[in-house]
Amino acid sequence: MDEITKVVRDYIIREYVQEGDDREISETTPLLSSGLVDSFSMVSLLRFLEKKYAIHIPDADATPEAFDTVQRIVALVRRFHRAGVGSV
Amino acid sequence: MSFSDTVRHSYQSDIEGIKTTGLFKEERYIHSPQSSEIEVEFPVGSQTKKCINICSNNYLGLSSHPEVIAAAHAGLDARGYGMSSVRFICGTQDIHRELENRLSEFLGTEDTLLFPSCMDANAGFFEACLNEQDVMIADRLVHASIVDGMRLCKAMQDTYKHSDMSHLEEKLQEHQDKRFRMVITDGVFSMDGDMAKLAEIVALAEKYKAMVFVDDSHATGFIGKTGRGTHEHCGVFGKIDVITTTLGKALGGASGGCVSGRRELVEMCRQRARPYLFSNAVAPVIVGGALKVLDLISTTTERRDKLEWNAEYWRGLLKEAGFDLKEGHTPIVPVMLYDAKLAQDFARDLFDEGVYAVGFFFPVVPKGQARIRTQLSAAHDKHHLDTAIEAFKKVGKKHGILGLGKKELVAKFAA
Repeated sequence: MDEITKVVRDYIIREYVQEGDDREISETTPLLSSGLVDSFSMVSLLRFLEKKYAIHIPDADATPEAFDTVQRIVALVRRFHRAGVGSV
Repeated sequence: MSFSDTVRHSYQSDIEGIKTTGLFKEERYIHSPQSSEIEVEFPVGSQTKKCINICSNNYLGLSSHPEVIAAAHAGLDARGYGMSSVRFICGTQDIHRELENRLSEFLGTEDTLLFPSCMDANAGFFEACLNEQDVMIADRLVHASIVDGMRLCKAMQDTYKHSDMSHLEEKLQEHQDKRFRMVITDGVFSMDGDMAKLAEIVALAEKYKAMVFVDDSHATGFIGKTGRGTHEHCGVFGKIDVITTTLGKALGGASGGCVSGRRELVEMCRQRARPYLFSNAVAPVIVGGALKVLDLISTTTERRDKLEWNAEYWRGLLKEAGFDLKEGHTPIVPVMLYDAKLAQDFARDLFDEGVYAVGFFFPVVPKGQARIRTQLSAAHDKHHLDTAIEAFKKVGKKHGILGLGKKELVAKFAA
Protein backbone atom coordinates (compact mmCIF):
# COMPACT_ATOMS: atom_id res chain seq x y z
CA MET A 1 0.00 0.00 0.00
CA ASP A 2 1.53 3.34 -0.99
CA GLU A 3 1.74 6.33 1.32
CA ILE A 4 -1.26 8.29 0.05
CA THR A 5 -3.50 5.20 0.08
CA LYS A 6 -2.47 4.56 3.66
CA VAL A 7 -3.18 8.17 4.68
CA VAL A 8 -6.65 8.14 3.09
CA ARG A 9 -7.56 4.72 4.51
CA ASP A 10 -6.35 5.63 8.00
CA TYR A 11 -8.34 8.87 7.91
CA ILE A 12 -11.51 7.06 6.86
CA ILE A 13 -11.17 4.50 9.64
CA ARG A 14 -10.46 7.19 12.23
CA GLU A 15 -13.16 9.56 11.04
CA TYR A 16 -16.02 7.28 10.04
CA VAL A 17 -15.83 3.83 11.57
CA GLN A 18 -17.79 3.83 14.80
CA GLU A 19 -16.26 2.18 17.84
CA GLY A 20 -17.39 -1.45 17.99
CA ASP A 21 -17.91 -1.61 14.23
CA ASP A 22 -15.56 -4.38 13.13
CA ARG A 23 -15.83 -3.94 9.36
CA GLU A 24 -12.66 -4.05 7.28
CA ILE A 25 -11.85 -1.13 5.01
CA SER A 26 -9.92 -2.15 1.91
CA GLU A 27 -9.01 -0.03 -1.10
CA THR A 28 -12.20 -1.14 -2.84
CA THR A 29 -14.70 -1.17 0.03
CA PRO A 30 -17.73 0.92 -0.97
CA LEU A 31 -17.88 3.93 1.32
CA LEU A 32 -20.87 6.03 0.29
CA SER A 33 -22.96 3.40 -1.43
CA SER A 34 -22.59 1.18 1.66
CA GLY A 35 -23.76 3.98 3.92
CA LEU A 36 -20.50 4.12 5.91
CA VAL A 37 -19.90 7.70 4.75
CA ASP A 38 -22.91 9.80 3.84
CA SER A 39 -22.71 12.65 1.40
CA PHE A 40 -23.11 15.03 4.32
CA SER A 41 -20.13 13.86 6.34
CA MET A 42 -18.11 13.53 3.12
CA VAL A 43 -17.43 17.25 3.59
CA SER A 44 -14.88 16.59 6.33
CA LEU A 45 -13.05 14.11 4.09
CA LEU A 46 -12.94 16.64 1.26
CA ARG A 47 -11.60 19.30 3.61
CA PHE A 48 -8.98 16.91 4.98
CA LEU A 49 -7.72 16.03 1.50
CA GLU A 50 -7.59 19.64 0.35
CA LYS A 51 -5.66 20.69 3.45
CA LYS A 52 -3.32 17.71 3.59
CA TYR A 53 -2.36 17.81 -0.09
CA ALA A 54 -2.77 21.54 -0.73
CA ILE A 55 -5.18 20.94 -3.58
CA HIS A 56 -8.61 22.23 -4.54
CA ILE A 57 -11.22 19.71 -5.67
CA PRO A 58 -14.08 21.58 -7.40
CA ASP A 59 -17.64 20.70 -6.36
CA ALA A 60 -18.32 19.23 -9.81
CA ASP A 61 -15.58 16.64 -9.24
CA ALA A 62 -16.36 15.91 -5.60
CA THR A 63 -19.15 13.50 -6.52
CA PRO A 64 -20.36 10.58 -4.40
CA GLU A 65 -19.05 8.25 -7.14
CA ALA A 66 -15.58 9.79 -7.01
CA PHE A 67 -15.52 9.29 -3.24
CA ASP A 68 -16.94 5.80 -3.13
CA THR A 69 -13.72 3.86 -2.51
CA VAL A 70 -10.25 4.57 -1.18
CA GLN A 71 -8.91 3.72 -4.63
CA ARG A 72 -11.08 6.33 -6.35
CA ILE A 73 -10.31 8.98 -3.75
CA VAL A 74 -6.58 8.41 -4.24
CA ALA A 75 -7.02 8.74 -8.01
CA LEU A 76 -8.89 11.99 -7.51
CA VAL A 77 -6.19 13.41 -5.24
CA ARG A 78 -3.48 12.43 -7.73
CA ARG A 79 -5.38 14.05 -10.58
CA PHE A 80 -5.71 17.37 -8.83
CA HIS A 81 -2.25 17.22 -7.44
CA ARG A 82 -0.85 16.99 -10.94
CA ALA A 83 -2.95 19.97 -11.91
CA GLY A 84 -1.61 22.14 -9.11
CA VAL A 85 1.00 22.28 -6.40
CA GLY A 86 1.46 20.37 -3.17
CA SER A 87 3.23 17.24 -2.06
CA VAL A 88 1.70 13.80 -2.45
CA MET B 1 -44.49 20.71 -22.59
CA SER B 2 -46.92 17.98 -21.83
CA PHE B 3 -46.49 15.00 -19.58
CA SER B 4 -45.28 12.95 -22.53
CA ASP B 5 -44.85 9.19 -22.67
CA THR B 6 -41.10 9.64 -22.39
CA VAL B 7 -41.47 11.64 -19.20
CA ARG B 8 -44.00 9.18 -17.80
CA HIS B 9 -41.79 6.18 -18.62
CA SER B 10 -38.84 7.82 -16.98
CA TYR B 11 -40.77 8.21 -13.71
CA GLN B 12 -42.23 4.72 -14.02
CA SER B 13 -38.73 3.36 -14.33
CA ASP B 14 -37.65 5.26 -11.19
CA ILE B 15 -40.63 3.86 -9.28
CA GLU B 16 -39.83 0.34 -10.48
CA GLY B 17 -36.27 0.89 -9.29
CA ILE B 18 -37.56 1.76 -5.82
CA LYS B 19 -39.66 -1.43 -5.85
CA THR B 20 -36.78 -3.60 -7.08
CA THR B 21 -34.53 -2.43 -4.27
CA GLY B 22 -37.25 -3.25 -1.74
CA LEU B 23 -37.62 0.36 -0.65
CA PHE B 24 -41.15 1.01 -1.87
CA LYS B 25 -43.35 2.40 0.89
CA GLU B 26 -47.05 1.68 1.07
CA GLU B 27 -49.56 3.46 3.25
CA ARG B 28 -51.87 1.38 5.41
CA TYR B 29 -55.31 2.84 5.94
CA ILE B 30 -56.40 3.13 9.55
CA HIS B 31 -60.13 3.28 10.15
CA SER B 32 -60.03 4.36 13.79
CA PRO B 33 -58.54 7.15 15.94
CA GLN B 34 -54.87 6.83 16.85
CA SER B 35 -54.51 4.63 19.92
CA SER B 36 -53.01 1.47 21.39
CA GLU B 37 -55.49 -0.54 19.33
CA ILE B 38 -56.32 0.44 15.77
CA GLU B 39 -58.40 -0.86 12.85
CA VAL B 40 -56.11 -1.36 9.86
CA GLU B 41 -56.99 -1.99 6.21
CA PHE B 42 -54.02 -3.76 4.65
CA PRO B 43 -53.58 -4.57 1.89
CA VAL B 44 -55.87 -1.95 0.37
CA GLY B 45 -59.35 -3.36 -0.20
CA SER B 46 -59.11 -6.04 2.47
CA GLN B 47 -61.27 -6.30 5.58
CA THR B 48 -60.05 -4.11 8.41
CA LYS B 49 -58.14 -5.87 11.14
CA LYS B 50 -57.90 -4.89 14.80
CA CYS B 51 -54.24 -4.60 15.83
CA ILE B 52 -52.17 -3.61 18.81
CA ASN B 53 -50.25 -0.55 17.64
CA ILE B 54 -46.66 -0.59 18.76
CA CYS B 55 -45.11 1.85 16.29
CA SER B 56 -46.69 5.26 16.81
CA ASN B 57 -45.21 8.41 18.32
CA ASN B 58 -48.28 8.71 20.52
CA TYR B 59 -45.99 8.44 23.56
CA LEU B 60 -48.35 9.93 26.12
CA GLY B 61 -51.51 8.51 24.63
CA LEU B 62 -52.92 12.01 24.16
CA SER B 63 -53.69 11.81 20.43
CA SER B 64 -57.29 10.86 21.11
CA HIS B 65 -57.64 11.97 24.73
CA PRO B 66 -61.21 13.21 25.41
CA GLU B 67 -60.06 16.43 27.12
CA VAL B 68 -57.73 17.25 24.23
CA ILE B 69 -60.49 16.57 21.72
CA ALA B 70 -62.88 18.79 23.71
CA ALA B 71 -60.31 21.59 23.86
CA ALA B 72 -59.70 21.29 20.13
CA HIS B 73 -63.46 21.57 19.52
CA ALA B 74 -63.55 24.65 21.74
CA GLY B 75 -60.60 26.16 19.82
CA LEU B 76 -62.41 25.50 16.56
CA ASP B 77 -65.59 27.16 17.84
CA ALA B 78 -63.87 30.14 19.41
CA ARG B 79 -61.21 30.96 16.81
CA GLY B 80 -62.36 29.28 13.60
CA TYR B 81 -61.01 26.62 11.27
CA GLY B 82 -58.14 28.32 9.46
CA MET B 83 -56.16 31.53 9.44
CA SER B 84 -55.82 31.97 5.68
CA SER B 85 -52.60 33.82 6.33
CA VAL B 86 -49.01 33.52 7.34
CA ARG B 87 -48.23 34.67 10.87
CA PHE B 88 -46.79 38.09 10.09
CA ILE B 89 -49.62 39.30 7.84
CA CYS B 90 -52.85 38.46 9.66
CA GLY B 91 -52.27 34.94 10.95
CA THR B 92 -51.33 35.48 14.60
CA GLN B 93 -54.07 35.05 17.18
CA ASP B 94 -53.77 35.63 20.90
CA ILE B 95 -53.76 31.84 21.41
CA HIS B 96 -50.68 31.40 19.18
CA ARG B 97 -48.72 33.70 21.47
CA GLU B 98 -50.22 32.05 24.53
CA LEU B 99 -49.05 28.64 23.30
CA GLU B 100 -45.57 29.99 22.57
CA ASN B 101 -45.33 31.42 26.09
CA ARG B 102 -46.56 28.17 27.62
CA LEU B 103 -43.99 26.18 25.64
CA SER B 104 -41.18 28.51 26.80
CA GLU B 105 -42.28 27.98 30.38
CA PHE B 106 -42.49 24.19 29.95
CA LEU B 107 -39.13 23.88 28.18
CA GLY B 108 -37.34 26.42 30.42
CA THR B 109 -36.38 28.75 27.58
CA GLU B 110 -36.50 32.50 26.91
CA ASP B 111 -38.83 32.49 23.91
CA THR B 112 -40.58 30.19 21.42
CA LEU B 113 -41.80 30.45 17.84
CA LEU B 114 -44.33 28.04 16.36
CA PHE B 115 -43.72 26.41 12.97
CA PRO B 116 -46.03 24.26 10.85
CA SER B 117 -43.90 21.26 11.91
CA CYS B 118 -40.58 20.48 13.56
CA MET B 119 -39.36 19.48 10.10
CA ASP B 120 -39.96 23.12 9.14
CA ALA B 121 -38.35 24.41 12.33
CA ASN B 122 -35.20 22.42 11.56
CA ALA B 123 -35.29 23.32 7.88
CA GLY B 124 -35.51 27.05 8.67
CA PHE B 125 -33.42 27.58 11.78
CA PHE B 126 -29.83 27.30 10.55
CA GLU B 127 -30.13 29.53 7.51
CA ALA B 128 -31.82 32.18 9.65
CA CYS B 129 -29.21 32.19 12.41
CA LEU B 130 -25.80 31.23 10.98
CA ASN B 131 -23.70 32.35 8.02
CA GLU B 132 -20.46 31.55 6.20
CA GLN B 133 -18.35 32.73 9.15
CA ASP B 134 -19.79 29.96 11.34
CA VAL B 135 -19.64 26.19 11.63
CA MET B 136 -22.32 23.60 12.40
CA ILE B 137 -21.03 20.42 14.03
CA ALA B 138 -23.68 17.70 14.01
CA ASP B 139 -23.93 14.21 15.44
CA ARG B 140 -23.91 11.77 12.50
CA LEU B 141 -27.30 10.33 13.43
CA VAL B 142 -29.31 13.55 13.60
CA HIS B 143 -32.74 13.55 11.99
CA ALA B 144 -33.06 14.05 8.22
CA SER B 145 -34.79 17.41 8.72
CA ILE B 146 -31.69 18.78 10.47
CA VAL B 147 -29.53 17.55 7.60
CA ASP B 148 -31.82 19.38 5.18
CA GLY B 149 -31.71 22.55 7.28
CA MET B 150 -27.91 22.44 7.44
CA ARG B 151 -27.73 22.01 3.67
CA LEU B 152 -29.70 25.21 3.21
CA CYS B 153 -27.29 27.15 5.41
CA LYS B 154 -24.05 28.78 4.24
CA ALA B 155 -22.14 27.97 7.44
CA MET B 156 -19.50 25.25 7.23
CA GLN B 157 -20.88 21.77 7.87
CA ASP B 158 -19.08 19.19 9.93
CA THR B 159 -20.09 16.05 11.78
CA TYR B 160 -18.89 13.90 14.68
CA LYS B 161 -19.28 10.18 15.26
CA HIS B 162 -22.49 9.31 17.00
CA SER B 163 -22.27 10.36 20.66
CA ASP B 164 -18.45 10.28 20.51
CA MET B 165 -17.42 13.09 22.82
CA SER B 166 -13.69 12.95 22.08
CA HIS B 167 -14.44 13.23 18.36
CA LEU B 168 -16.71 16.20 19.07
CA GLU B 169 -13.93 17.79 21.13
CA GLU B 170 -11.49 17.37 18.22
CA LYS B 171 -13.97 19.10 15.92
CA LEU B 172 -14.52 21.96 18.36
CA GLN B 173 -10.77 22.45 18.62
CA GLU B 174 -10.42 22.37 14.85
CA HIS B 175 -13.01 25.10 14.36
CA GLN B 176 -11.82 27.65 16.90
CA ASP B 177 -11.18 30.09 14.06
CA LYS B 178 -14.89 30.37 13.25
CA ARG B 179 -17.12 33.23 14.46
CA PHE B 180 -19.73 30.92 16.02
CA ARG B 181 -19.74 27.17 16.60
CA MET B 182 -22.98 25.27 17.02
CA VAL B 183 -23.15 21.68 18.27
CA ILE B 184 -26.23 19.97 16.86
CA THR B 185 -27.83 16.83 18.18
CA ASP B 186 -31.10 15.02 18.68
CA GLY B 187 -32.09 14.67 22.34
CA VAL B 188 -33.34 11.13 21.82
CA PHE B 189 -32.26 9.48 18.58
CA SER B 190 -35.31 8.22 16.78
CA MET B 191 -33.92 5.04 15.26
CA ASP B 192 -31.77 3.75 18.14
CA GLY B 193 -33.74 5.20 21.04
CA ASP B 194 -30.57 6.30 22.84
CA MET B 195 -30.09 9.69 24.45
CA ALA B 196 -27.53 12.37 23.63
CA LYS B 197 -24.88 12.92 26.31
CA LEU B 198 -26.17 16.42 26.87
CA ALA B 199 -24.28 17.13 30.10
CA GLU B 200 -20.97 16.37 28.38
CA ILE B 201 -21.99 18.27 25.26
CA VAL B 202 -22.88 21.35 27.30
CA ALA B 203 -19.56 21.11 29.19
CA LEU B 204 -17.61 20.89 25.91
CA ALA B 205 -19.66 23.73 24.44
CA GLU B 206 -18.79 25.91 27.43
CA LYS B 207 -15.11 24.98 27.19
CA TYR B 208 -14.88 25.72 23.46
CA LYS B 209 -17.42 28.54 23.30
CA ALA B 210 -20.08 26.86 21.22
CA MET B 211 -23.86 27.03 21.17
CA VAL B 212 -25.93 23.86 21.62
CA PHE B 213 -28.90 22.91 19.45
CA VAL B 214 -31.12 19.97 20.46
CA ASP B 215 -34.03 18.47 18.53
CA ASP B 216 -36.08 17.00 21.36
CA SER B 217 -39.01 15.74 19.30
CA HIS B 218 -38.73 12.21 20.71
CA ALA B 219 -38.41 13.48 24.30
CA THR B 220 -40.60 16.51 24.97
CA GLY B 221 -43.41 15.58 27.32
CA PHE B 222 -41.94 12.42 28.81
CA ILE B 223 -38.13 12.34 29.18
CA GLY B 224 -36.92 13.75 32.50
CA LYS B 225 -38.67 13.51 35.87
CA THR B 226 -41.36 16.00 34.88
CA GLY B 227 -41.22 15.28 31.15
CA ARG B 228 -39.51 18.53 30.12
CA GLY B 229 -37.09 16.69 27.88
CA THR B 230 -33.57 15.38 27.53
CA HIS B 231 -32.11 18.53 29.09
CA GLU B 232 -34.08 17.86 32.27
CA HIS B 233 -32.97 14.21 32.33
CA CYS B 234 -29.30 15.18 31.85
CA GLY B 235 -29.33 17.98 34.45
CA VAL B 236 -28.79 20.83 31.98
CA PHE B 237 -32.24 22.40 32.08
CA GLY B 238 -31.94 26.07 31.07
CA LYS B 239 -28.52 25.54 29.47
CA ILE B 240 -29.54 24.61 25.94
CA ASP B 241 -29.39 27.51 23.49
CA VAL B 242 -31.91 26.12 21.01
CA ILE B 243 -34.49 23.38 21.37
CA THR B 244 -36.65 22.38 18.45
CA THR B 245 -39.53 20.08 19.12
CA THR B 246 -42.88 18.93 17.83
CA LEU B 247 -46.53 18.94 18.77
CA GLY B 248 -46.87 15.98 16.42
CA LYS B 249 -45.70 13.23 18.76
CA ALA B 250 -46.26 13.15 22.53
CA LEU B 251 -47.98 16.54 22.70
CA GLY B 252 -51.24 15.45 21.09
CA GLY B 253 -49.74 14.25 17.84
CA ALA B 254 -51.63 16.55 15.45
CA SER B 255 -49.03 18.78 13.81
CA GLY B 256 -46.93 21.85 14.51
CA GLY B 257 -43.46 22.36 15.88
CA CYS B 258 -41.33 25.10 17.34
CA VAL B 259 -37.97 26.72 17.82
CA SER B 260 -37.47 27.53 21.50
CA GLY B 261 -34.42 29.06 23.12
CA ARG B 262 -32.37 32.23 23.36
CA ARG B 263 -34.55 35.27 22.68
CA GLU B 264 -32.35 36.64 19.90
CA LEU B 265 -32.15 33.33 18.04
CA VAL B 266 -35.92 32.98 18.16
CA GLU B 267 -36.28 36.56 16.93
CA MET B 268 -33.92 35.82 14.01
CA CYS B 269 -36.24 32.94 13.07
CA ARG B 270 -39.25 35.26 13.30
CA GLN B 271 -37.52 37.63 10.90
CA ARG B 272 -35.81 35.21 8.54
CA ALA B 273 -36.84 31.55 8.79
CA ARG B 274 -38.48 30.83 5.48
CA PRO B 275 -40.77 27.95 6.51
CA TYR B 276 -42.19 30.27 9.19
CA LEU B 277 -42.45 33.28 6.91
CA PHE B 278 -44.05 31.48 4.00
CA SER B 279 -46.36 28.92 5.65
CA ASN B 280 -49.78 29.39 7.15
CA ALA B 281 -50.14 29.80 10.89
CA VAL B 282 -50.83 26.62 12.87
CA ALA B 283 -54.63 26.11 12.82
CA PRO B 284 -56.55 27.32 15.92
CA VAL B 285 -57.99 23.87 16.48
CA ILE B 286 -54.46 22.51 16.99
CA VAL B 287 -53.43 25.41 19.19
CA GLY B 288 -56.47 24.78 21.42
CA GLY B 289 -55.65 21.09 21.71
CA ALA B 290 -51.97 21.73 22.42
CA LEU B 291 -52.77 24.19 25.22
CA LYS B 292 -54.86 21.48 26.89
CA VAL B 293 -52.02 18.98 26.46
CA LEU B 294 -49.69 21.36 28.31
CA ASP B 295 -52.28 21.72 31.09
CA LEU B 296 -52.50 17.94 31.43
CA ILE B 297 -48.79 17.22 31.50
CA SER B 298 -47.93 20.20 33.71
CA THR B 299 -50.28 19.13 36.49
CA THR B 300 -49.34 15.46 36.77
CA THR B 301 -46.54 13.15 35.67
CA GLU B 302 -48.88 10.17 35.72
CA ARG B 303 -48.77 9.57 31.98
CA ARG B 304 -45.00 9.84 31.58
CA ASP B 305 -44.58 7.60 34.64
CA LYS B 306 -46.84 4.98 33.08
CA LEU B 307 -44.93 5.27 29.81
CA GLU B 308 -41.64 4.75 31.65
CA TRP B 309 -43.05 1.65 33.35
CA ASN B 310 -44.39 0.31 30.05
CA ALA B 311 -41.04 0.81 28.32
CA GLU B 312 -39.08 -1.01 31.02
CA TYR B 313 -41.65 -3.81 31.19
CA TRP B 314 -41.63 -4.24 27.40
CA ARG B 315 -37.82 -4.30 27.29
CA GLY B 316 -37.84 -6.96 29.97
CA LEU B 317 -40.35 -9.09 28.06
CA LEU B 318 -38.37 -8.88 24.83
CA LYS B 319 -35.08 -9.69 26.57
CA GLU B 320 -36.58 -12.61 28.41
CA ALA B 321 -37.94 -13.93 25.12
CA GLY B 322 -34.42 -13.84 23.66
CA PHE B 323 -34.52 -10.88 21.28
CA ASP B 324 -31.45 -8.79 20.53
CA LEU B 325 -32.20 -5.19 21.59
CA LYS B 326 -30.51 -1.82 21.32
CA GLU B 327 -29.82 -0.83 24.90
CA GLY B 328 -31.50 2.28 26.22
CA HIS B 329 -34.01 3.77 28.61
CA THR B 330 -36.52 5.44 26.35
CA PRO B 331 -39.88 4.29 24.92
CA ILE B 332 -38.13 3.53 21.61
CA VAL B 333 -37.10 -0.12 21.77
CA PRO B 334 -35.45 -1.40 18.57
CA VAL B 335 -35.54 -5.16 18.07
CA MET B 336 -32.42 -5.85 16.03
CA LEU B 337 -32.70 -8.23 13.08
CA TYR B 338 -29.84 -6.82 10.91
CA ASP B 339 -31.21 -8.31 7.68
CA ALA B 340 -33.57 -6.11 5.60
CA LYS B 341 -35.68 -8.95 4.23
CA LEU B 342 -36.05 -10.53 7.64
CA ALA B 343 -37.22 -7.18 9.03
CA GLN B 344 -39.88 -6.93 6.31
CA ASP B 345 -41.01 -10.55 6.76
CA PHE B 346 -41.06 -10.18 10.52
CA ALA B 347 -43.28 -7.08 10.39
CA ARG B 348 -45.66 -8.80 7.95
CA ASP B 349 -45.90 -11.86 10.22
CA LEU B 350 -46.53 -9.68 13.25
CA PHE B 351 -49.37 -8.02 11.40
CA ASP B 352 -50.87 -11.44 10.71
CA GLU B 353 -50.70 -12.03 14.47
CA GLY B 354 -52.48 -8.74 15.21
CA VAL B 355 -49.50 -6.55 16.07
CA TYR B 356 -48.74 -3.49 13.99
CA ALA B 357 -45.00 -2.72 13.87
CA VAL B 358 -42.75 -1.62 11.03
CA GLY B 359 -39.43 -2.92 9.75
CA PHE B 360 -36.71 -0.31 9.18
CA PHE B 361 -33.75 -0.88 6.91
CA PHE B 362 -31.26 1.00 4.70
CA PRO B 363 -31.35 3.90 3.89
CA VAL B 364 -33.44 4.78 6.97
CA VAL B 365 -30.85 2.97 9.12
CA PRO B 366 -27.29 1.96 8.09
CA LYS B 367 -26.86 -1.17 5.95
CA GLY B 368 -26.82 -4.34 8.03
CA GLN B 369 -28.72 -2.65 10.87
CA ALA B 370 -32.29 -3.59 9.94
CA ARG B 371 -34.74 -3.75 12.79
CA ILE B 372 -38.30 -3.60 14.05
CA ARG B 373 -38.63 -0.32 15.91
CA THR B 374 -41.14 -0.71 18.70
CA GLN B 375 -42.47 2.35 20.47
CA LEU B 376 -44.35 2.37 23.72
CA SER B 377 -47.26 4.57 24.70
CA ALA B 378 -48.98 5.50 27.92
CA ALA B 379 -52.11 4.32 26.09
CA HIS B 380 -50.78 0.75 26.33
CA ASP B 381 -52.02 -1.27 29.23
CA LYS B 382 -50.12 -4.28 30.55
CA HIS B 383 -52.44 -6.67 28.73
CA HIS B 384 -51.54 -5.08 25.37
CA LEU B 385 -47.88 -5.78 25.98
CA ASP B 386 -48.54 -9.28 27.28
CA THR B 387 -50.49 -10.02 24.09
CA ALA B 388 -47.93 -8.38 21.82
CA ILE B 389 -45.03 -10.35 23.29
CA GLU B 390 -46.78 -13.62 22.50
CA ALA B 391 -46.98 -12.54 18.85
CA PHE B 392 -43.29 -11.55 18.89
CA LYS B 393 -42.34 -14.91 20.39
CA LYS B 394 -44.41 -16.84 17.85
CA VAL B 395 -42.89 -14.95 14.91
CA GLY B 396 -39.43 -15.11 16.45
CA LYS B 397 -39.74 -18.87 16.78
CA LYS B 398 -40.96 -19.18 13.18
CA HIS B 399 -37.80 -17.44 11.95
CA GLY B 400 -35.58 -19.30 14.42
CA ILE B 401 -34.04 -16.18 15.93
CA LEU B 402 -34.88 -16.36 19.62
CA GLY B 403 -31.77 -16.35 21.76
CA LEU B 404 -29.50 -15.33 18.89
CA GLY B 405 -27.05 -12.44 19.25
CA LYS B 406 -25.81 -10.11 16.52
CA LYS B 407 -23.13 -12.47 15.19
CA GLU B 408 -25.47 -15.46 14.99
CA LEU B 409 -28.24 -13.42 13.39
CA VAL B 410 -25.92 -11.95 10.78
CA ALA B 411 -24.42 -15.37 10.01
CA LYS B 412 -27.82 -17.07 9.79
CA PHE B 413 -29.26 -14.62 7.28
CA ALA B 414 -26.08 -13.94 5.29
CA ALA B 415 -26.39 -17.36 3.70
